[in-house]
Amino acid sequence: MFQPLLTKNFHLGRPASLKEYEASGGYAGLRAALKMAPDEVIKAVIDSGLRGRGGAGFPTGKKWSLTDRKSPGPRYFLVNADEMEPGTFKDRFLMVRDPHQVIEGLLISGYATDAGKGYIFIRYEYCEAARALNVAIEEAKGAGFIGKDILGSGFSMEISVHRSAGRYECGEETALMNALEGRRANPRSKPPYPASKGFWMRPTTINNAETVANIPHIIKMGGNTWKSLAAYDGGAGTKLYGISGRVKNPGLFELPTGTPLKEIIETHGGGMQEGYSFKACLPGGASTPLITPNNLDVPMDFDAVSKVGSRMGTGCVTVFDDTCCIVRAMINNLLFFTRESCGWCTPCRDGLPFVHDILRRIEAGVAEMDELSVLEENCETIYPNSFCAFAPGAVDPVRSMLRLFRPEVEEHIKLKRCPINGTPSPPTPSPGGRGGL
Amino acid sequence: MLSDDRIKELREYVSSLEHPEEALVDLMHEAQSAYGYLSDEAAEAVADIAGVPVIKVEELATFYNLIFRRPVGRKVIFVCDSISCWVMGMENMFDYLKKKLGIDIGQTTADGAFTLLPICCLGACHVAPAMMVGEKLYGNLTPERIDEILEKERI
Repeated sequence: MFQPLLTKNFHLGRPASLKEYEASGGYAGLRAALKMAPDEVIKAVIDSGLRGRGGAGFPTGKKWSLTDRKSPGPRYFLVNADEMEPGTFKDRFLMVRDPHQVIEGLLISGYATDAGKGYIFIRYEYCEAARALNVAIEEAKGAGFIGKDILGSGFSMEISVHRSAGRYECGEETALMNALEGRRANPRSKPPYPASKGFWMRPTTINNAETVANIPHIIKMGGNTWKSLAAYDGGAGTKLYGISGRVKNPGLFELPTGTPLKEIIETHGGGMQEGYSFKACLPGGASTPLITPNNLDVPMDFDAVSKVGSRMGTGCVTVFDDTCCIVRAMINNLLFFTRESCGWCTPCRDGLPFVHDILRRIEAGVAEMDELSVLEENCETIYPNSFCAFAPGAVDPVRSMLRLFRPEVEEHIKLKRCPINGTPSPPTPSPGGRGGL
Repeated sequence: MLSDDRIKELREYVSSLEHPEEALVDLMHEAQSAYGYLSDEAAEAVADIAGVPVIKVEELATFYNLIFRRPVGRKVIFVCDSISCWVMGMENMFDYLKKKLGIDIGQTTADGAFTLLPICCLGACHVAPAMMVGEKLYGNLTPERIDEILEKERI
């Protein structure tokens, strides 16, 4: 029988208090970690096979082992809780239902990487989560888990919550550091890497909130035991999967990593609502390529999803039903990316509004067939030439649409209207303000 | 307006920091709620408290979509217009709100109660379509529910 780890206190329906968290085994991971050497903690995380839950999937233990622990401090550990990937709602639940779990994870992470200061970077819209975290931090301070000489170990750490003020780009790790430093959140050149010169040019480690929340469980169970919880050989541990769209039971589920996409949608999501059928899905947020019905057996994990031409991303699935026009879905997606582009590099700032415009022309029935090659060429140019991973994530779903839904796209052009919504809708103003073609 | 006492407290807080710039976003949020929006006067107050040039505050304020350099209503309605809410009929909710409030996106109602703005995914996809009014999150929107919410939130 599968025992939930990350979500075991979610049934409370409100933030678990310190007492409730400790009753469920909370802070035992911190106590155990403080008795280990930092290298042993890192070793356990390497053994666990945990990979970054923000979407990129970088091995967490490896990231920690790269942190420069020799240079003089201060060193920092940052938790990225700027969850803004459309379709994703896992970190918000973690913080509003069990804030101590994130804090305990951060404390152990800070101990392993010798960081004396931790920040939880949270988007402003997550008001409830920020409140829950601040209450939990005060409780943890009172119990001696945060501050000087934690539990008599000699390790000291302070934690604060930074409430941001919008903009998706803040979730890019180097842009996040700029944002925390009170600068515009544009990405930085790498090298230097954050592991040696990050926040305030000091050694810095940064992980997603879900990644950090896994750490106490890894320490308590041991890396290898945690790893064995996965549903298939290549995976590790458990994962929060979300599902939204026209399914019967949209929500968030903690499942063994590598649970097949089909099982997430049909068993946990309850399958499609009456009268709707499955058309395609974004497996892990707005920046992940589409998956069609023939690939639904894929285990939801980084490598497996990559093999079918997409990415697991955040693991929060957005389902498109048969009433969704795929072109209009991509217009919506590009509207998001165009508006959120930080403006730092030209391919993203100027390229995305251009791609958005072509999509709008197709949907409105005014595009010519040869504009498809212009669309394709722009996506292929933007993809490798932008400064950070933002713009590749923006055009990747569009590229997948051209690969998987070519006939539907061409039908718009042939019929001079949307074949699904019927009448053409007039082009809306471009969010980039750069006019039409 | 920020009270003299509060300014004094904020100055003490800023001077306790190794890097005062770290407080800029917090200060902008606080000044914004005190002044209603980040007016020129509010931006100058932030710069003065943090000990940075006003242009630095301006540079930051114009980057963030949740810092308003123009007046907004007493509450801002943020309607999620990202992908999961789109699937669940966000476009109709937006149209309904515009009609109901008699304003377009980016405008404020004549009585100054509400400003209507789009926002990216609010992380409430399982209860899409969703919106935020002030600091309160609402999901499973329908026209009837929007009527009730506006009634409750209007101040």
